[in-house]
Amino acid sequence: MAQASNIGWDKVIADPRFQVLHRKKQGFLAGLMIFSVIFYFMLPIGAAYFQDLFKVKVWGVVNIGLLFALAQFVVAWLVAFYYSRRAGSEFDRLAREIAADYETKGRA
Amino acid sequence: MNVLNRGWIAWAAAAAAALVCDPALAQGAVAPEYRWLTFAVFAAIIGVTMYVTYLAARRVKSASDFYTAGGGVTGMQNGWAIAGDYLSAASFLGIAGLISQYGYDGFMYSVGWLVAYITVLLLIAEPCRNIGRYTLADILAYRNNPKAMRIVGAISVITVSTFYLTAQMVGGGVLVKALIGIDYEYSVIAVGSLMLAYVLFGGMVATTWVQIIKAILLVIASLILVMLVWTPYGFSLPGFLGDVVADPKVQARVATLLGDPARNMSPTELGQRFLEPGLYFKNPIDQISLGMALVFGTAGLPHILMRFFTVPTAQAARTSVVWAMGIIGGFYVLTLFLGFGAAVNVGPQAIAAVDAGGNMAAPLLAQFLGGGPNSFLGNFMLAFVSAVAFATIVAVVAGLVLAAASAIAHDLYVGVYHGGDTVPPRQQVRAARIATVVVGAMAITIGIAAKGQNVAHLVALAFAVAASANFPCVLLTLHWKRCSTGGIVLGMIVGTVVAVGLTLVSPNVTYPKAVREASQKVLDGEAAKRSAIETALASGDADATATAKTDLALLDKTVQKAKDDMAKVAGKEVSIMGLEKPMFQLKNPGIISIPLGFLAVLLGSLLFRDRRSEDLWPEVYARQNTGIMASKATSH
Repeated sequence: MAQASNIGWDKVIADPRFQVLHRKKQGFLAGLMIFSVIFYFMLPIGAAYFQDLFKVKVWGVVNIGLLFALAQFVVAWLVAFYYSRRAGSEFDRLAREIAADYETKGRA
Repeated sequence: MNVLNRGWIAWAAAAAAALVCDPALAQGAVAPEYRWLTFAVFAAIIGVTMYVTYLAARRVKSASDFYTAGGGVTGMQNGWAIAGDYLSAASFLGIAGLISQYGYDGFMYSVGWLVAYITVLLLIAEPCRNIGRYTLADILAYRNNPKAMRIVGAISVITVSTFYLTAQMVGGGVLVKALIGIDYEYSVIAVGSLMLAYVLFGGMVATTWVQIIKAILLVIASLILVMLVWTPYGFSLPGFLGDVVADPKVQARVATLLGDPARNMSPTELGQRFLEPGLYFKNPIDQISLGMALVFGTAGLPHILMRFFTVPTAQAARTSVVWAMGIIGGFYVLTLFLGFGAAVNVGPQAIAAVDAGGNMAAPLLAQFLGGGPNSFLGNFMLAFVSAVAFATIVAVVAGLVLAAASAIAHDLYVGVYHGGDTVPPRQQVRAARIATVVVGAMAITIGIAAKGQNVAHLVALAFAVAASANFPCVLLTLHWKRCSTGGIVLGMIVGTVVAVGLTLVSPNVTYPKAVREASQKVLDGEAAKRSAIETALASGDADATATAKTDLALLDKTVQKAKDDMAKVAGKEVSIMGLEKPMFQLKNPGIISIPLGFLAVLLGSLLFRDRRSEDLWPEVYARQNTGIMASKATSH
């Protein structure tokens, strides 16, 4: 396996650029994950304990409960879109810089 | 190679023959005179997928080709394949059926299956791609004791896959019987041998393409049905749902579900109730528990994890999840229309009269939209949907068998028995093929042995074990510095044992006394219902007569089921665990077993330190975040 490589992994994780990448990524991912989980569990909790709210009709026979369930899909897609945009524009670039640097050093 | 191809052709022919030459055709949703249509559509799908397998078989030379298609799948292809791997018959037929029978709750149920992919996207896909290779155990073994990891990892993968596989085989057998009337045993053998033909000869390349083709067919079939359902309303959501509320069949269904409280409600109120929560889910804690198992379990499903090793980079892994989320989410939104459309057009009672679980909602809707049971187009559409359902089962089963076979051949045989990578590539591929045959034969045997068993809860159990054992272990080995071999071993054991143990004493298992009481109640009420239906039949009113006929068929079915259930539990007093009633009241153990799984990894890691786990942390930490050397993990 790849453990035999001569890349100084300790140096990689001590690299300030790696620290920046990791800090940014960690915070962003944790925030997005916590938001997504809370938003999702609002659905079964709402359906069980806030039925009166869910039953309010807002668009013909369409009620808040149905719209909230549909919103779950939209929000899941938005989370995916938001994350992949941020990752594609920022995290990937930082990771590539670090990787390019150390992979060259590792071969030398 | 020639031998392989000849073998492949013989196999394909035998599998097809098992289907077509079936001597024992019983009554199914497809009328006998139109059955050839279903077979024709089947044959077309099988022909295309077999051709793809034939092409793929020539490309499978190394273990990497067999397990991960050589890492050469693109992000978009993998997204479709994930959707094909994930959308089982339970989603296609089951959720549409649930909506047709219970309205809102059925749709709410589908949401968790999509949200699960946020966990996969944010926490699992990319790091796993960066440090993994073929299996779940590869990820765990990177920094922890390899032998120990391969043993616990393989056991867990085989456990989860077997639960899932059993549910798919039994569910598939029942569905194929209900759709085209092929005997249960023949259906199981046909599903099993077709799947074996794909996996055995084409490995992951063929499996990927079978899953992609199936996902495309599933989306096309659903889109056509939804267009036909929704066009008359000018694509207005309130217009369509307004018709659902105003439908007398739906109103009658809600009245049946609610019982006494329905007496004071107006027909419109009853119809509106169909769009409101609470007709199916009675226990909110149970529902949250199920939600947890789905949202955290998907990220620990071995056959889904494995798909991320088929793409070349972390970016491609990300792209594939985004595609998968688009396809899976879009599909579940469509099921809203399939389910409600079936309720309005076919009627909840008529659907339940064919299959009590509501599984026939989408196929019957297709038949109705094509022009009904006596029209050619109606039967063609039913045949098409039935063939897609069949392809769905085969594609999911193929992914599961490949995951289980890789755990046996790669983790146990190469990793543990041979202690590493010293096994020549050809021998590795041979080991993988032998393991595939073993797992496939096991799937068919279990499928036939479990005939008539209630296996619906096995899918939920697979998710619960994946969420309670695999997910905490993978997550913490990737993201927690102190995680160690001891933590993973303890986490795997505690997560699996608690999830399985709680399920064994939960309401999912059959409790003979309760079954007897429920069945007796049905039989006691039979006479009164029958006389009411006979009165309606005698009334001469055309509408009332038609409804009464459906009700009569449904009553006959319910009574028959009650009698069968009585016979099944005759002479028994206690469940398989020796209990008269459930000890644990939730149907899904997730809410207890997932936190315990995490706790076990934490405790085990703190109690049993491991030098290797600590020494390799910088490498795991750096690689999963930067992708350094990720490309080298797949090249040999």
